[in-house]
Amino acid sequence: MPSRIAVPKTYKLYLGGEFGRSESGRSYPVTDPRGRFLANAAQASRKDARDAVVAARRAFGPWWGATAYNRGQVLLRVAEVMEGRREQFATELAAAEGWALRRAPAMVDAAIDRWVWYAGWTDKIATVFGAANPVAGPYFCLTIPEPTGVVAVLAPQTSSLLGLVSVLAPVIAAGNTAVVVASQNRPLPAVTLSEVLATSDVPSGVVNVLTGRTAELAPWLAAHDDVNALDLCGAPAAIRADLEATAAGTVKRVRSAPAAEPDWTRPPDTGRLRSFVEAKTVWHPVGT
Amino acid sequence: MSTQTPALPASLADATRDDASLRCFLRGLPGVDAVGLEATAATLATRSVKQESKRKAIDTAIRMVDLTTLEGADTPSRVRSLAAKARHPDPERPGVPAVAAVCVYPDMVAPAVAALSGSSIGVASVATAFPSGRSSRDVKLAEVALAVTAGASEVDMVIDRGAFLAGRYGEVYEEITLVKQACRGSHLKVILETGELAGYDDVRRASWLALLAGANFIKTSTGKLSPAATLPVTHVMLQVVRDWQQRTGVQCGVKPAGGIRTTKDAIRYLVAVHEVAGPEWLTPLRFRFGASGLLNDLLMQRRVQLEGHYSGADYVSQD
Repeated sequence: MPSRIAVPKTYKLYLGGEFGRSESGRSYPVTDPRGRFLANAAQASRKDARDAVVAARRAFGPWWGATAYNRGQVLLRVAEVMEGRREQFATELAAAEGWALRRAPAMVDAAIDRWVWYAGWTDKIATVFGAANPVAGPYFCLTIPEPTGVVAVLAPQTSSLLGLVSVLAPVIAAGNTAVVVASQNRPLPAVTLSEVLATSDVPSGVVNVLTGRTAELAPWLAAHDDVNALDLCGAPAAIRADLEATAAGTVKRVRSAPAAEPDWTRPPDTGRLRSFVEAKTVWHPVGT
Repeated sequence: MSTQTPALPASLADATRDDASLRCFLRGLPGVDAVGLEATAATLATRSVKQESKRKAIDTAIRMVDLTTLEGADTPSRVRSLAAKARHPDPERPGVPAVAAVCVYPDMVAPAVAALSGSSIGVASVATAFPSGRSSRDVKLAEVALAVTAGASEVDMVIDRGAFLAGRYGEVYEEITLVKQACRGSHLKVILETGELAGYDDVRRASWLALLAGANFIKTSTGKLSPAATLPVTHVMLQVVRDWQQRTGVQCGVKPAGGIRTTKDAIRYLVAVHEVAGPEWLTPLRFRFGASGLLNDLLMQRRVQLEGHYSGADYVSQD
């Protein structure tokens, strides 16, 4: 007979810096790939999605206003705090993705390293993507990359941690705020990641994590007037075209879904950073 | 106590005879059951209003808004842009009703009146040393005269909380009646500043006092102080105007102000009006919202209802 009863975790949403159940009160059972029950996760509703957008919009000004150096330090801090929870992530990831436990730590390490990689980019975006343009006149002509705004991220469906970090980190590194819809069948590592975000100097509302049915939440985010960009990475194939058409209604920037989920262990490039910045060009007279 | 609102029934006229009888009447009002009141307010706040009812509630709420700007930085052009918004809150959608009134400081009444001429939108002006009420009576009356001369159709006065809390009810009564005379027919709203009163019993006393002295509206707060309007306080005030109507036959209004920012809040207040005072109070003549940020949220929610997707702050005018 066990000496004590284990205390299982309630997996909640992460909205505006707080962990709460879905406004609708719904939850859904999460199983591993073999169908064994793991936990119940909150099933977010469209109102939760709306609340997440409100929180992300509120957080956008201060997050963009922070210096790039400061954002980099915050992202590094996320990596530090994840490092301290390596074993928890490894256990959860192995359960979620149905791996042998020995395979998981390498994936967790890759996810931590991904944060560090993007943390280094925050103060280089302006240098690399911006320019001092040569123009035929007495003007300084400068192009400056600015964050797009509130980005709705449909996280990859298969890679629940490394894939998630690979799509989320570039969004916030560039100064955007994010509303993430976690992998529908493997949402648990995303919830644990949000606990890391909550304890690592990421201001509330910069990242909001919803768990639930991607196909239910995505259309509301695609149609929302206050969402500026949409990453369709984990969108179900059947509704991708519809989502792109809906997003066009408010001229959202859309990053299309790849045909198949990429191999996230390959070294990243700057493509995702570039997807969610807008170029602003300023002409300034010389000599005044 | 010479000035008297006409046609008060004998029992109420007696209450205003002198200072002692006024105190006797106000102290003799039944106490408020605070626990029951808060429970009732909380229960009514859970009522779900959806679909067609919600659309109607939003339009009703828009009609009840006193669009307010009470900042030191107000300028005539800002007041004009607010007036334009009051006429056409959502210019892209012609079906949106106009708001009830624009509420400004006395020196901004003239530009507001000019910008709203030809419409049925009122111009309300705060007066009597708003928001603290700390000045001499002459100064307060002069301020009311300034607003009324400039064309204000509604005057929002603050009561002297110091005198009220010290129990000098006669003084407060006299001041309200004098302001009422200075209003020369403009509607008088009396701000109780419930956040500074000591509990619901005091709110009930102040409400009765204001109505006895001739108020057309009783208003919760200046909006400059927290806590401002709350649902339980508004319940008490709605009970008073309902009782007042039963005893005198005159219908007076209630205006919660401050802290009402979302459509959800506004609908909760409308439910309270319907349930406590009655459906005949669901008109801008008897219920108003003092707010600035509320209107944008109402407009955004209205679009959600009509267009089926969420709107954002980039799509409504910022004031």
